[in-house]
Amino acid sequence: MAKKKKMSKSARTYLTSFLLVAIFYGAVEAIRLSGNLSSKAAGLLIPVCAYIMMAISLNLVVGFLGELSLGHAAFMSAGAFVGVFFYNTAGASLPRWLAVVLAFLIGGLAAGIFGMIVGVPVLRLSGDYLAIVTLAFGEILKNVLNSLYIGVDSAGVHFSLKDQFSLNMEPTGKVLMKGAMGITGIKKFSYFSVGILLIVLTLLFVLNLMNSRAGRAITAIRDDDIAAKSVGINLTRYKLMAFVSSAVIAGFAGVLYALNFASLVAKKFDYNLSINILVMVVLGGMGSIPGAIVAAIVLTVLPELLRGFSQYRMFIYSIVLIVMMLFNRAPAFVAWRQRLGLKIRNKKDGSGVSSGNAKKEG
Amino acid sequence: MQFLSYLVRGISLGSVYALIALGYTMVYGIAKMLNFAHGDIIMVGGYVVFFAFCQGGMNPWLAVILAVVACTLLGITIEKVAYKPLRGAPSLAVLITAIGVSYFLQNGAMLLWSSEPKSFTSVVSLPALNLFGGSLQISAETLVTIAVSVVIMVVLIWFVNKTRPGHAMQAVSEDRGAAQLMGINVNGIISLTFAIGSGLAAIAGALLLSSYPTLVPTTGAMPGIKAFVAAVFGGIGSIPGAFLGGILLGIIENLSKAYISTQLSDAIVFIVLIVVLLVKPSGLLGKKQTVKV
Amino acid sequence: MALLEVKNLGISFGGLQAVSGLDLTVESGHLYGLIGPNGAGKTTAFNMLTGMYQPTEGTITFDGVNITGKDPEYISKAGIARTFQNIRLFSAMSVLDNVKVGMHNRVTYGMFDGVFRTKKYHQKEAEMNEKAQKLLDVFGIGEKADYAASQLPYGQQRKLEICRALASDPKLLLLDEPAAGMNPNETAELMETVRKVRDEFGIAILLIEHDMKFVMGICEDITVLEYGKIIAHGDPQTVANDPEVIKAYLGGDDD
Repeated sequence: MAKKKKMSKSARTYLTSFLLVAIFYGAVEAIRLSGNLSSKAAGLLIPVCAYIMMAISLNLVVGFLGELSLGHAAFMSAGAFVGVFFYNTAGASLPRWLAVVLAFLIGGLAAGIFGMIVGVPVLRLSGDYLAIVTLAFGEILKNVLNSLYIGVDSAGVHFSLKDQFSLNMEPTGKVLMKGAMGITGIKKFSYFSVGILLIVLTLLFVLNLMNSRAGRAITAIRDDDIAAKSVGINLTRYKLMAFVSSAVIAGFAGVLYALNFASLVAKKFDYNLSINILVMVVLGGMGSIPGAIVAAIVLTVLPELLRGFSQYRMFIYSIVLIVMMLFNRAPAFVAWRQRLGLKIRNKKDGSGVSSGNAKKEG
Repeated sequence: MQFLSYLVRGISLGSVYALIALGYTMVYGIAKMLNFAHGDIIMVGGYVVFFAFCQGGMNPWLAVILAVVACTLLGITIEKVAYKPLRGAPSLAVLITAIGVSYFLQNGAMLLWSSEPKSFTSVVSLPALNLFGGSLQISAETLVTIAVSVVIMVVLIWFVNKTRPGHAMQAVSEDRGAAQLMGINVNGIISLTFAIGSGLAAIAGALLLSSYPTLVPTTGAMPGIKAFVAAVFGGIGSIPGAFLGGILLGIIENLSKAYISTQLSDAIVFIVLIVVLLVKPSGLLGKKQTVKV
Repeated sequence: MALLEVKNLGISFGGLQAVSGLDLTVESGHLYGLIGPNGAGKTTAFNMLTGMYQPTEGTITFDGVNITGKDPEYISKAGIARTFQNIRLFSAMSVLDNVKVGMHNRVTYGMFDGVFRTKKYHQKEAEMNEKAQKLLDVFGIGEKADYAASQLPYGQQRKLEICRALASDPKLLLLDEPAAGMNPNETAELMETVRKVRDEFGIAILLIEHDMKFVMGICEDITVLEYGKIIAHGDPQTVANDPEVIKAYLGGDDD
């Protein structure tokens, strides 16, 4: 294997990731300037940016920490609703740019808090339970948001989990959130460059984190949590770090996504979305940031291009998931690939393989 | 009286959850994996009965048996193709694969049979029971569902405790390596576990749809997840636990649906899961990760 | 005062007494062996010393502090490091990173420094790189710093595991069957390595082994366990001639 002559692996990851974003941005702007950007395509730009952020952040938990979270959409939802709620209420009286910035910060914070609430009790559990519990939290949040009514009148703020009329408001009162109908009347804030900026910030955060002491701790926990404990790594601390960080980023993605539309409903952030993001992470290669970027773009754009195949889409995704897992993780396949790799390496540098036949896995 | 009616319906719903939970808990205890696709096998069973009996006019008993056979074969195939190759891989991998299988079944069903709701005719053709002079009516489906799940639970407990394959299942659940050294055919036992679980799912499907007669490709997903909650609630790996958890969960859900709202009843079911995992992760009756009574 | 004082240590699992009445004294700068037939409780003892298991009786005093029942993180920070029977490396990480993880609690900086790439980050990373490389060089695997840990041959993986353990600056190093799966050449090399660790790093070493040549060759003091209890203790000569020990090992030992 080549030594220090080539660029280090981490430097290559940085380069590839930023290059991909630059190419994506450049390509879109080029198409837009040439006048060929259809309104449908233009409408996809912000969602793609949001999904890229979602895929990168889910990779933190699934790819780097090695835990399965099935409720990632819930963090997007939490950020979106809290951020937009602020934007529509207190934010309406502020200058637009300030309202937007605050909406992002508040949304991200809300998602992070929700991440803490979910993470603290749940990260102690084994992987199987963690998966179901994150799914459960996702469903709980969706159901609660769907039932939530909020209104304000001169007497103050009213809440109801039943219906609009239980708010018992004066006729001049304003309904801010209508259960399953969500929040309406959002003053859209939709700029592709803002989306790109957020992706860049996300990349900087995640790449810098993973290539630091904390990132090594997180990866160590994934590779062998018993060995990680034995060198003094506090498992809960770093699991929480990965989990909450990914929640905050998802929250930002949620605000970005929500400000792109005039109305916001909880139904959009469901189990299916969580699975879609998971497919992006798996398809891009768990733990690969550039892979997540490409997969997010491809898996959002492709279904739009191949409208005729939309009914086959999830079916194909499911097969992709199964096949990728079998090829990448099934011990028989992994061993077969290693033998193949060993053969190639032997041919290359002519050295034999030494006594590496004792059992290596713990 | 209304309350009693809701309660009984809740017990019936809970019985369906119990049947599904039994499959979950056995697979988890013995194969040590969470079979996400379990709920979707219910759906497949439902479609088999639909085409055989509701549309095809086959005798309902035969239709259910056909569904049991079909689902058993399906369950064994899934295990051999998708789960067995991943033994020894990190559990994240098999979880993701199980999700893949679940989606495969759901979307496959959508492609084959469209997502248009099918109207299911009940396999139970007995009259309803009228109590207290007609003020409490219990449907035959409800009664049959409860009766069937009680019978099946008793049979399963007997099977696990009094038969050789049952003992072998306990051994594999306790210590797979030792069981293998003792000459137990571990692969066969795991296949048997999936077979039993899938067969039960088929019966659960037929009964679920008899009470809630709308059949779509996603029919099995939510009950499957809730049945997992029930299994954890009762104690994962424990057969009476799965039964108890299922019944209790069904009651909780139905009462919530009646007195609060349908939307929030789902949320409450999941809150139960979280509370259990925080307070007593081993569930009501569970102790270790073994299939025991 | 001894570095490690173990008194009457014991643990029972659901009625089965795996270890009982274990006494051990370890002085800095010396090499100790813990041997016994399979299932004698040796790894269980290690697991208690490193906080993986909670003892049900007895005390462990390390450097004057009672560490009985403390968790692995505490014990690692206190200065006990270990290797495992089945090598537990971070297989996806590079050789160098494996060692750097070992330094997790010795060369530190916060999440903020990592994300915002402060001066502290650069300083500490450079420090870690230097220290880790030096450690790898001492053990002859410095050239492979950028290889993935899983690409190393078995003997070097074991060395890497020891490097990682040493990176945490321990006062006591626990080696669990370090020679397992090695051929005679690798075993001889390992013996040199372990001696070097004791001599150059001046720390105490306690090891579990089945390879009698290895144990008798380097250990200064040996404790023998059978069925969780001590049946003999002393220098290699004494232990080798002890009739109880011979009886326990009757039926073959060396693999």
